[in-house]
Amino acid sequence: MIVDLARFVAAEEPYWRKLEALLARRQRDPWAPTTLEEARELDYLYRRAGADLARVASFSGEPEMRRRLEQLVARAYAEIHGARRGDAVRLRVWYWLSATLPQTLRRRAGALVLATVVTLVGAVFGGVAVAVDPAAKEAVMPFSHLRGDPAERVAEEERAMTDRLAGHKAGFAGQLMTHNTKVSLFALALGMAWGVGTIILLFYNGVILGAVIVDYLQAGQGEFLAGWLLPHGVVEIPAILVGATAGLVLAQAVLGRDDGRPLAARLRAVADDVATLAAGTALMLVWAGVVESYLSQYHEPAIPYAMKIAFGLVEAALLAAYFGWVGRRATKEAL
Amino acid sequence: MNRERLDELRVRTPEGVSFGFRLASPVLRLAAWAVDKLTVLAAWTVVAALIRLIGILSVDLATGIIQVGYFVVALGYGIACEWRWEGQTLGKRLLHLRVMDERGLPLKFSQVVVRNLLRAVDTLPVAYLVGGLATLVGKKAQRLGDFAAATVVVHEPPLARVDLAGLELAKYNSLRGQRHLAARLRANVSPALAYAALQALWRREEFDETARVALFGELARHFRSLTPLPAEADEGISDEQFVRNVVEVVFGSPGAGVAAGR
Repeated sequence: MIVDLARFVAAEEPYWRKLEALLARRQRDPWAPTTLEEARELDYLYRRAGADLARVASFSGEPEMRRRLEQLVARAYAEIHGARRGDAVRLRVWYWLSATLPQTLRRRAGALVLATVVTLVGAVFGGVAVAVDPAAKEAVMPFSHLRGDPAERVAEEERAMTDRLAGHKAGFAGQLMTHNTKVSLFALALGMAWGVGTIILLFYNGVILGAVIVDYLQAGQGEFLAGWLLPHGVVEIPAILVGATAGLVLAQAVLGRDDGRPLAARLRAVADDVATLAAGTALMLVWAGVVESYLSQYHEPAIPYAMKIAFGLVEAALLAAYFGWVGRRATKEAL
Repeated sequence: MNRERLDELRVRTPEGVSFGFRLASPVLRLAAWAVDKLTVLAAWTVVAALIRLIGILSVDLATGIIQVGYFVVALGYGIACEWRWEGQTLGKRLLHLRVMDERGLPLKFSQVVVRNLLRAVDTLPVAYLVGGLATLVGKKAQRLGDFAAATVVVHEPPLARVDLAGLELAKYNSLRGQRHLAARLRANVSPALAYAALQALWRREEFDETARVALFGELARHFRSLTPLPAEADEGISDEQFVRNVVEVVFGSPGAGVAAGR
């Protein structure tokens, strides 16, 4: 029991101030190296403030002092127990691009495969639906320009003598980027609903893709289709799959009761990967938006299809190489 | 599983120290969100006006930047502020709220990103209905974004300074000089009872005379039962004055001021 409160405060105040100053210094530059002396002092002052808090905790008066001590101890606790590896705190863009992002996707290959399979099943469903019943196009296609006759559209596009997007390319690119990013992040967020929403969105996306492909192939417009979709599609579709992978990772954490950890611990464990994959998705969709606006919408005779197809295939190869191989050396070094 | 709603998040450290954070109510969080929304809109009005100046060179480019800009500002505002200001946005600062890891540890960048990305679901179907319901039914008042990021929003209200002079403290307090007695009272009087006594003194003029005498008699009896009192500490003073004396030694700060929430 503290008999003389004023004396207690007078004796302890210098230690509290010292701890406050130490924490403020750490807060100003969290990445500054900590000396052994500094770490020892922090630990000592933290334990001392903790003991003081325990002594005043039962006091009905002195709420300000109790609150101050609680905050001080909480900050010191966070500083000591929240210590992390430097690379987890400071964002290193090049390292993130050359190691973190591709490594994360490889680590989550299972969820990526599931997202791909669901999309493919949707594509098969959409393709079969349009092949069996052409009237299904009306129900499946979300955009009016996809509901018409592909041959007519191709003829119209190839006849066009003027640049229909002139003066609107950047605006169109911006629209595509934001819309696709919103949809992908929505697919990610729906992972919290046990992944059901993510799966439905992926399936529906696959249905549209399959329906468009079969519709154009049936009309004999395969070359146009490849020239139109490949340049941006080889990045846009994987981007959506990466976003959905993050959603499925979340879903796995929500559902994975068998691993013995509480839900909060499971979710905390996947937060880094989810954030990384979300950022990767947004980055890929920025590129896809630019390509779709500035290249995909231009057809022969303006740009030869072979050139567009080759561009798309090179992008696909680079993307596969990036996610397949980049960062492997960093992993070995880390091991 | 205990689904009882918590008002306070208590953290017990491996060293055995225990401290608590008051969880923010959904109403406060809504108010902070409204402030943030208005801030983003106001900032965007200014930024968009500046971006439109690019239209002098290219209207198309200005349109493209505006298309992406609002999306980036609206999403990036929460992420940037909460990361830079340790769990606070402008609205949260104003309302004394803070986002923190539910273990009392600092936020990781990925936690900030995840809780902000999950707004996409929390805002469904309209006006944060999913998120609002989640905070109302959840044990720790977490919306889905908090749930996914393992974060909580806490309320850190500043303590209002209270002037005990309003209680008409007597020049002579029979307990003031008795340090051991004062220490025993500080240790034995529960916070709830101390505040009840303080409230009773503040509102003493509002009571009916009989109720006033009965209330202070009850409080004085209880205080007397907590610790043995020397005769001179209790002699010749009314129950109300005795309660006033107890309140003074319990709340009387070793420093200059006294703090309490009224």
